[in-house]
This record gives sequence, C-alpha cells and structure tokens, in this order.
Amino acid sequence: MARFALDDDSVVVVIGSGAGGGTLANELCQQGIKVVLLEAGKRYTLDDFVNDEWEMFFKLSWLDKRIATGSWRIARDFPNLPAWICKTVGGTTVHWAGASLRFQPHEFRTKSVYGDIEGANLLDWPLDYDELAPYYAKAERKMGTTRTEDRPGLPGNNNFKVFYHGARRLGYKVVHTGRMSINSRPYDGRPACQQIGFCFQGCKIGAKWSTLYTEIPKAEATGRLDLRTEVQALRIEHDRSGRVTGVVYADAEGQQHFQRARAVCVACNAIETPRLLLNSASNMFPDGLANGSGQVGRNYMRHTTGSVYAVFPQPVRMYRGTTMAGIVTDESRHDPRRGFVGGYELETISLGVPFLAAFLEPGAWGRAYTRKLEQYTHMAGLWIVGEDMPQETNRITLHPEEKDRFGMPIPVVNFDDHPNDIAMREHAYRAGRALYEAAGAVEVYEVPPYPSTHNLGTCRMSVRPEDGVVDRYGRAHEIPNLFISDGSQFTTGGAENPTLTIVALAIRQAEHMVRLMSRGEL
Amino acid sequence: MPKYILDRRRFLRRTGQAVLGLTLGGQVAFFDPDRSWAIVLETLDQAAARALLAMTRTLFPHPALGDEYYAVVVEALDAEAGQDDAVRKLLQDGVARLDRARQLAFADLSPGTRTQVLREMEDEPFFQKVRSATVFHFYNNKLVWRHFGYEGSSWEFGGYLRRGFQDLGWLPDPPPEASPAPYFG
Repeated sequence: MARFALDDDSVVVVIGSGAGGGTLANELCQQGIKVVLLEAGKRYTLDDFVNDEWEMFFKLSWLDKRIATGSWRIARDFPNLPAWICKTVGGTTVHWAGASLRFQPHEFRTKSVYGDIEGANLLDWPLDYDELAPYYAKAERKMGTTRTEDRPGLPGNNNFKVFYHGARRLGYKVVHTGRMSINSRPYDGRPACQQIGFCFQGCKIGAKWSTLYTEIPKAEATGRLDLRTEVQALRIEHDRSGRVTGVVYADAEGQQHFQRARAVCVACNAIETPRLLLNSASNMFPDGLANGSGQVGRNYMRHTTGSVYAVFPQPVRMYRGTTMAGIVTDESRHDPRRGFVGGYELETISLGVPFLAAFLEPGAWGRAYTRKLEQYTHMAGLWIVGEDMPQETNRITLHPEEKDRFGMPIPVVNFDDHPNDIAMREHAYRAGRALYEAAGAVEVYEVPPYPSTHNLGTCRMSVRPEDGVVDRYGRAHEIPNLFISDGSQFTTGGAENPTLTIVALAIRQAEHMVRLMSRGEL
Repeated sequence: MPKYILDRRRFLRRTGQAVLGLTLGGQVAFFDPDRSWAIVLETLDQAAARALLAMTRTLFPHPALGDEYYAVVVEALDAEAGQDDAVRKLLQDGVARLDRARQLAFADLSPGTRTQVLREMEDEPFFQKVRSATVFHFYNNKLVWRHFGYEGSSWEFGGYLRRGFQDLGWLPDPPPEASPAPYFG
C-alpha cells in the first residue's frame, strides 16, 4: 500500500470509504491518480464478522453522539441514533442489504413531473436518466448485480415465498427476487450466496458487494491508494483564491494532521458530509464551505419507510437466507390518484430475535408485546422504501455547544414528515397489510421506521448555484476543486435504495475529474 | 466490596422473609441447598437485585422462561452499576421508589399490581434504563433464542443453502422467473 507525504499536494483526498468514496478512490487510482483515503472507522476482514446482530452493530455502526429533533418518530424512539450507518472501512456497504435499483426516468425530474408541492423544495436533477444509464450499467457490472447482463436472480427464501404469493393474489405484477448485488453465481473472485442471513451484519463470505473487499483492495493493488483508518476529518482548508488546499484530520490518538491535496472529495454520508462543510467555515466562507446558497445541510431526506410484519398459522422462518429477498415494484410509479406524488417499493426484510425485540414496537413492554415476539418463527416481514419530499427545514446543523472528543460540534438532525410522506406511508402500510392478509396472515403489525439507513440530499446537485451545493458532476458550485461524492448530492431521493445511484455517480465523477485533470483544470 | 449471591428459588419460597446470609471467605453469599442457579453481585445489594429481577420479568414476561434468564439482566445492570456511579445511583434510587410504591416490597406485589406501578413510572430514566437493558440483555441470550425458535449464527453450517431456506411447504413454489433455482456450486 502506498504512503504519501502530508505535504504532497498532488494527491486527491477522499473522505469516507463507502459506496461513494470507496468507489471513487478506486476509479481514480485505476486512472493513475494518487489518492489518500481517510476513513474514520477500523478495517475489518471477513474473519471479524460474526452472525450476531448486536455484536456487529457495535462493531460497525457510527455511534458517536447525534441528536434527532423534530416531529418524526425517530426523535422519540432513537433520540441519539437518527441514522443507522457505519463507521468502518467499506462504510455502509458493509451493512447494506444489497438492493441495486436504478432510479426511474421521471425521478430525475420531480419538479417538472410532480409540480409545485406545498412545503416541498423540489428540484429537477441537473442530469437525466439517459445520461446516467451507461454509468448504471458500469455500476451493475462492477457490483455483479443480479438480473442484469447475464447474471441470474437469487433464489427466493421462505420470507419471499410468503411475500410472492400475497403480492400475486393482490394483483401485483412485478414481483421477484430483485436486482441484488449479492452473487447468485461466483463473480469477481467472490463466492455465490449461501443463504446465511445476516446480510446487515457484514457478509461472512463476501458474496454481497462491499467496497471493503472489492474497490479498496483493487485500488491498493495499483500502488496509488494510501488508506488511513481511524482518522476523522475535522476541517477542510482553503487558500485566498477560494480553492481547497487540504484536510485537517485527527488520528486515533487525537493528534491532528494536515494533508495537502489537489482536490478534496467528501463522502461521509449525508449527516457527516454537511457537518464537515459547516465546520469548515472561514472568513471567506462564513456559513460553511460551498454554502453560498445556504443549502448545505438542508433538504435532508431519509426515505419514507416503515415495516410490516405478519404472523401466519404455519412456520415461515424469515431469517433464513438473504435479508432482502424480494421486491414488488408496482407501487413505485408516480400516480397522484393514490393521494401522494412519487412512489414506494416493497422489499422483504427480516430481523433476528435481538433486533425484533428492539424494533417491533420501540418502547413497548408487557405481556401483549411479549406475545407478539413469541410468534417469531411464524412471521414474515417487508420494508417500505419510498420517495420523501425534500424540505428546507429538514436539515443537519452543528450543535451550538456540544462537541465530540476532537472538539468538533456534534450534528443535530432535524426532520418533520411532509404530508406527502405521511400519505405515502399510510398507503404503504395498508398495501403491506393487504399483501400479507392475502397470503393468509392471522396478525399484522405495522412497525415504525428504523433509524435512517438512506441519508440523502444535504449537498444537493442543481443547475443554478443558488438552488444547491454542487453541479451535475458533484463539483461544488463555489469551489472548483471540492467535490461531494456520496448520497448528499441527490437532488431528490427517488423510491429506490440509493447505493447503485451513488456508485454510478462516483464512477461518472471520477471520469469527469480525470478529464478535468487531463485538461489542466484540476 | 461485599458480594452477594442472588438465589431466586429461595426468594420465591420465602417471599417477604429475611434471607439467610453467610460470610464465606470475604463474600456474603445468599444460597439455598437446592438452588439451580445463582448470580454473584458486586455492587447492588440483594434487595435491589430482587426488585430488579421482578421488574425485568414484569416488563417482558415469558411464562415458559425461568428467572435465570432474567437474572442475566440483573447481573449486567450490577456490572454497569459497578463501573458507573450515576447508573448505580439511578438503580438504587429507582429500586427504593419501586419498593415504596405500595405497602409491600415490589417483588412481593402481584403481577397486576407490579404492572400498575411500572406504568406510573414509564417516563422516568430509571424505567427507561431497565427497560432498554432488558431488551438488550434478555433477548441477546442464545439460550433465550431457542425458546423463540431462532437459530442464530448459520455461516459455520454453510448457511441455509442446503438447510431449509426455502422449505416452507404450505405455499407452492414461485415460478423460476420470480425465484430462480439455487446455485449449489
């Protein structure tokens, strides 16, 4: 592995090693660019993964204090855990379920298609589906996504079987085991899925794509990646011309260092990315870096989510096999006759007993609750993931007093559901309930959202600098050598799990950066 | 620091009575000749452990599971109290209030009355602490998983690829375009 000097200003510094940062770092390295990749978490190997929900939760999660405010239920149920994302090499690609869905074409044009929605800060993306399509294809090939090219789908597990029959009886048309970046055949040196379950706990055999054991070792093999783990970026510095010059970071012992850079790419997930920009405020950028529009940290989206678990007269054993084992896409269309704009996906999900006890009904206790838990083997489960409305007041801010161990203000995550989000969630709960009742459910439980796994929109792309933070390539409107490389760039959230789009954007961004460099513009 | 052994069976039979304590090599042990399990307490006293045991059981009652599974939570709370004075105080004060809530010690109340007492303190940090500790420690016990039919770690057995991931027999198999055949290598 390469080691570059702190004063080597020919390197690109990428902050965060997940879907965005890990992919970007590898793409740049493959093109001959030197990269310093800063990662706040530790580096684990497959040997470190265990099939144990809480043990891996504590190993992988970003547990530094955050504060949730606003009227969303998360602020009540998980006031210090608004998001369930990772602090480890590979980022949240270690934890993700593997669903790899393309946005639908209209989801890049929500302002035009949905019209003016009161309270929603909708905007069309500065790029369209056709422009991203070739990068989606590259991302699918990179990740080995099933049901793309010649890669077959995964076999459905018991949870899927129940889901499938309920969906079909209800009249849904598109029901299958989904496009998943989990190998259905050996691919790219990684084995086929063994239906272990525990996809959220780090895939023990590496059948699920994660930058941890794909992009990062490939980048290291080029000799151009300097991966520094257990370092937290604190501030991005700039010169008098307004170009960024490098990153101040703290190592595990709390020692601060300054790494010079020709360009800085921020991919810390949609809470930490704006936190870092806001914490980099200066005389020249008093409201935070790249924040002339005031949009840094705003328009925070987290997908309209919820789960439905149902109990059947006979056993299901939902935990056997892939956690996200199937999908219904019929409800992801835009059809305002349902009482809301945008759409949602229904995807199977399962939890083990430890997590089910914590999440089935947060805060619940007593015999009525324990009776529900005792039905565990007979339960099936699905997750709702739908497009939520960007709102200016849903935002990440720095706490005015409270600081982390490096003296960096902790983030406050404020969120209120938009009426459209509520209408969609209620529709989706009804749909999930109907689906399971059609399959013969004797009990159905509507489960409130888990801490956010899809965090988006806090440094959004826009055509005009006053509407957003970055341009169509994720390059900051105000700072030519500063890039945003994660889901923070999303102008709107779509109904789809965001990882594939993050990876496609990272591939495209790397290509653009190399083009700028070859023209001497970066 | 004195150590206590909480012996649940003895409490059940001698409810409301003083429990025999013997000093054994510096530890104070509470025991019963036919005890089936015991935990060692480092910080909390026996009265507190007894109240907490009753509380965890009232919070998440599973009639088929014995007190030994709930005692795991008490043991964990005791360990935390030993490391964190604020937690120790929170638990000790909370237990004192539990035991004062009615005319009898909390553990001596009926399950219905215990539930009422807990409902009255649902918003308090003490309640939240014990509730969340119980959710975590009680349901994170591999022996408790068996009661729920949850099989836990599977990778060491090759996952469920050959062990029933699609063995549900009460519905027909979905067609191959929805669910392709598994790959066995």
